[in-house]
Amino acid sequence: MTEEKARAYWKENISAILKLLTVWFIVSYGAGILFINQLNQIEISGVKLGFWFAQQGSIYVFVILIYIYVKWMNKIDEKYDVHE
Amino acid sequence: MDLQTLIYLFVGVSFALYIVIAIWAKAASTKDFYVAGGGVHPVANGMATAADWMSAASFISLAGIIAYKGSDGGAYLMGWTGGYVLLALLLAPYLRKFGKFTVPDFVGDRYHSDIARTVAVIAVIFISFTYVAGQMRGVGIVFSRFLQVDVNTGVIIGMVIVFIYAVLGGMKGITYTQVAQYMVMIVAYLIPAIFLSLMVTDTFLPQLGIFGTTTFAFDDGVKTIPAGTFLMHALDQAVTDLGFNAYTMPGNIWNMFMLTVALMVGTAGLPHVIVRFFTVPRVRDARASAGWALFFIAILYTTIASVAAFSRVNIIDRVQNVPYKQWVTEGVKQADGRINHGGWFKTWEDGSLLAWNDRNKDGKIQYAAGKAFKDPKGKPHFDDHKRAPDGHRLTTNPLPPAGHKPFDNEVYIDRDIIVLANPEIANLPNWVIALIAAGGLAAALSTAAGLLLVISSSISHDLLGRVMFKDPATGKSKLSDRQELLAARISAIAAIVVAGYLGINPPGFVAQVVAFAFGLAAASFFPTIILGIFDKRMNKAGAIAGISTGLIFTFSYIVYFVFMGGDPKDYLFGVAPVGIGTIGMVLHFIVAFIISRMTAEPPAHIQEMVENIRIPRGAGEAHDH
Repeated sequence: MTEEKARAYWKENISAILKLLTVWFIVSYGAGILFINQLNQIEISGVKLGFWFAQQGSIYVFVILIYIYVKWMNKIDEKYDVHE
Repeated sequence: MDLQTLIYLFVGVSFALYIVIAIWAKAASTKDFYVAGGGVHPVANGMATAADWMSAASFISLAGIIAYKGSDGGAYLMGWTGGYVLLALLLAPYLRKFGKFTVPDFVGDRYHSDIARTVAVIAVIFISFTYVAGQMRGVGIVFSRFLQVDVNTGVIIGMVIVFIYAVLGGMKGITYTQVAQYMVMIVAYLIPAIFLSLMVTDTFLPQLGIFGTTTFAFDDGVKTIPAGTFLMHALDQAVTDLGFNAYTMPGNIWNMFMLTVALMVGTAGLPHVIVRFFTVPRVRDARASAGWALFFIAILYTTIASVAAFSRVNIIDRVQNVPYKQWVTEGVKQADGRINHGGWFKTWEDGSLLAWNDRNKDGKIQYAAGKAFKDPKGKPHFDDHKRAPDGHRLTTNPLPPAGHKPFDNEVYIDRDIIVLANPEIANLPNWVIALIAAGGLAAALSTAAGLLLVISSSISHDLLGRVMFKDPATGKSKLSDRQELLAARISAIAAIVVAGYLGINPPGFVAQVVAFAFGLAAASFFPTIILGIFDKRMNKAGAIAGISTGLIFTFSYIVYFVFMGGDPKDYLFGVAPVGIGTIGMVLHFIVAFIISRMTAEPPAHIQEMVENIRIPRGAGEAHDH
């Protein structure tokens, strides 16, 4: 593997991680903590939205994020021919 | 069959299963002992990680903590799940590619330093012992509550079981018993949760139950909340009527933020979790495995939030204004004709988890905000096992100051009761109660075993193999694989004995497990591993300075504010000790970065190693010593 290719692979990897972590931060720290009071103004069947993100919603998003990461990385690995 | 027989049966069968698995999965080499031979299927590893992760505290205490904290409890739910995103994206794949056995292995090799390795070993041992003592105590408590044996006897029974499968099977035995333990605990948790959800909201899935409406009208003591009210509205209304803050109202946003960061980052930095990702065959399996682990954890964690809300409503409905004597003996009828029998209250008074103090002498129980007993923590001091003529257990506390709005609280409710007594409160059959006992033990034992393994491997592999018996010429261990395996088993035995001792005589720091274990992991392992992978320029001097700063700062802060009577007014930036790991982590990053840039870059072979860790291919190759 050339050094250039390795660098390109790493760059793509980092960019995928950063995008996913942005979502991770927004749902947990954003929706569940920092903007909880604002989101709590919205209610669905009696459940305040900010409260729901803090206690359940963010957990579902976490699971989905890892699922996307796994698929995404497998694709990047194959693209750069570094898969196992 | 009576309850006691069923409990013996369920606990006995589950223990027999763990031992059979241990004998089947006996470790033959150090690779088996440390990383289960490195060939665990990602789904199995995910399940084992989930069991490893979810401790007696998750299983027994968390729903209760959230039922009382309400909205702020979200810090624990997000903190103890969100860390897996960090693990999957930032740590697991690279550590798997690195392909050694322990966390100190990575620290020692990446920073080519025995000092760093030794500091890492000490941190692993301190964090893991703090954590494991609580688990052993948890085993003892479950035994004492369900099997009427002494707490200490319970701890010793737990030691014997863990001894058999951890010493014999090592990581291999532990992994496959954890798979079984996960299944036991998830079934034990979900069955009562589903019944409870049906009972309170007529919704099958507890996760959806919080969107439901109440199936019954209940008297909160101030007014009656009609059936068909949205559950969360009913809950907010009832607790505010009783003088508590609204259930869904957030408290201090800043401290919740800091605590959540410390818990997430701490989770990703805990050695007994990280080491699980060394057991799968390939890098892609490590990624998938983190996903499976979180999936299995999420099933339980999303249920916890609902159980907490249901239980709070349920307790108010069952306890408020019932005449004690009639309630615990023959039961009473609620206004709408539902039978409400308080036998469970009497049972759990014996377990010291509930107590009633009839302050207004009306013979009825009143539940509201405030302490029912005069004690710094509101805890009852029982008068041996003596009971009053009406049957309630007597206490010796003086009367607390009266005159609270809307009325004075008369009940002490330990938070653990939420999970332990739910099946009885919901009138579920005896086998469900027996299942809870088996589930609680599974949760405590699986975590204890994972921690003990991490302690024993850092002693035998890192301290003995890589530091004390290092051959200076080759840099490798002078011990043969068989000698090191024996050393690992002896260390495991020693670790179990120490853990059991700490479980029987818990020192003060055990109660601070959240602050210490998560705070220290967040301030030490997480940043040093991240820098080791993502910053090629990070060197020995930077790493050692960073780890020391993180550890010393966090440790001293906790000790000062928790044990030396530090005044909360002096909190740095207003951060409570449980969230201080976050500041420790930031300091670690800053110090490590500055020092590394002021000193020489790491040698070429280390930089090559970092390059190599970043590429998945080649992880399947053998990595023995």
